[in-house]
Amino acid sequence: MMSESVVDGVPSGVTGLVEDWASDKQAYNVPWGKAMMWIFLVSDTFIFTCFLTGYLNVRLTTTEPWPLQTEIFALTLFGQSVPLVLIAIMTFILITSSGSMALAVNFGYRRDKTKTFWLMVATALLGASFVGMQAFEWTKLIQEGVRPWANPFGAAQFGSVFFMVTGFHGLHVTGGVIYLLVVANKIRKGHYDKKGFEIVEIAGLYWHFVDLVWVFIFAFFYLL
Amino acid sequence: MSSDVGQQHPLGIYYKIWVLLFVLSGFSYAVDYFHVEGALRWFLVILFMTLKAGFIVAIFMHVVWERLALVWTILGPPIVLLVLIGFMAIEGNYTEGTRYQYRGDDPTLQPLSPSDLHHEESGDATLNEH
Repeated sequence: MMSESVVDGVPSGVTGLVEDWASDKQAYNVPWGKAMMWIFLVSDTFIFTCFLTGYLNVRLTTTEPWPLQTEIFALTLFGQSVPLVLIAIMTFILITSSGSMALAVNFGYRRDKTKTFWLMVATALLGASFVGMQAFEWTKLIQEGVRPWANPFGAAQFGSVFFMVTGFHGLHVTGGVIYLLVVANKIRKGHYDKKGFEIVEIAGLYWHFVDLVWVFIFAFFYLL
Repeated sequence: MSSDVGQQHPLGIYYKIWVLLFVLSGFSYAVDYFHVEGALRWFLVILFMTLKAGFIVAIFMHVVWERLALVWTILGPPIVLLVLIGFMAIEGNYTEGTRYQYRGDDPTLQPLSPSDLHHEESGDATLNEH
């Protein structure tokens, strides 16, 4: 990608970068909706990074012991305590949904409306089940006495970070489910037959971003 | 712009990345399941996280096929965040140090696990207040 070659009649690589910005023309060679979605996602990256950096800071500065996530998020299955099992299932569900979304984007560009519609509905259902499991997890922790200001296990900041970070992420998933269903329905009705199907890729970018954020939450909040 | 010349790639690559993401998540979970601790735990968790994030952004979000004008708009600004993270890590370590040194907080405190609390409820008074 860094090579100074010519792709589709326009220079690529660093020469292409300079040309795209220097000429008196549109800088991004993509549909405007996609450029706007990317700019939104970059801003959202800042929001989530600020949350996670806040988490880093409170976890470092507190001298109270940090609760053991692996035991708090364990579930008893078949009479045995399995660590982090619900979180692992949630992770796999989100990855499955990311895969089905990637396929939906591909079938969208192939103008296969039926497959695109059903793949997007499947993605939305997986997302909804993720939110359901998160509601279950919240309920369980609230019953165990975890609050945004205190918890029985250790540092109070654990509750603050847990509810803020997973809550904000869950809100993104919920919004994504609604967004996907709206777009899927419009596809079924034929709104994009003339316009083209970039909208599926744009919705897909948002959905993959939600999965991406979960990758970081899973690592930093649950595993480390 | 041209309406049907979006990001079209063979399905195979999506299936491969999909499987890879499952495998990497499985590895991450295995790190916890087999109680890998210490520096190795941090190394492995962050390695698998970075790989997963990289594949999602590069392939599923098509960044590897975009032009550099867009790629740098996406990947450039978040680099600033690494500076923020670095500063906050240094500052946080310092604050923690002063709390131990000048406030006399106890660095040996251990967190309670849910099973400890169940013992407490059933009248098993083996736990120390902390």
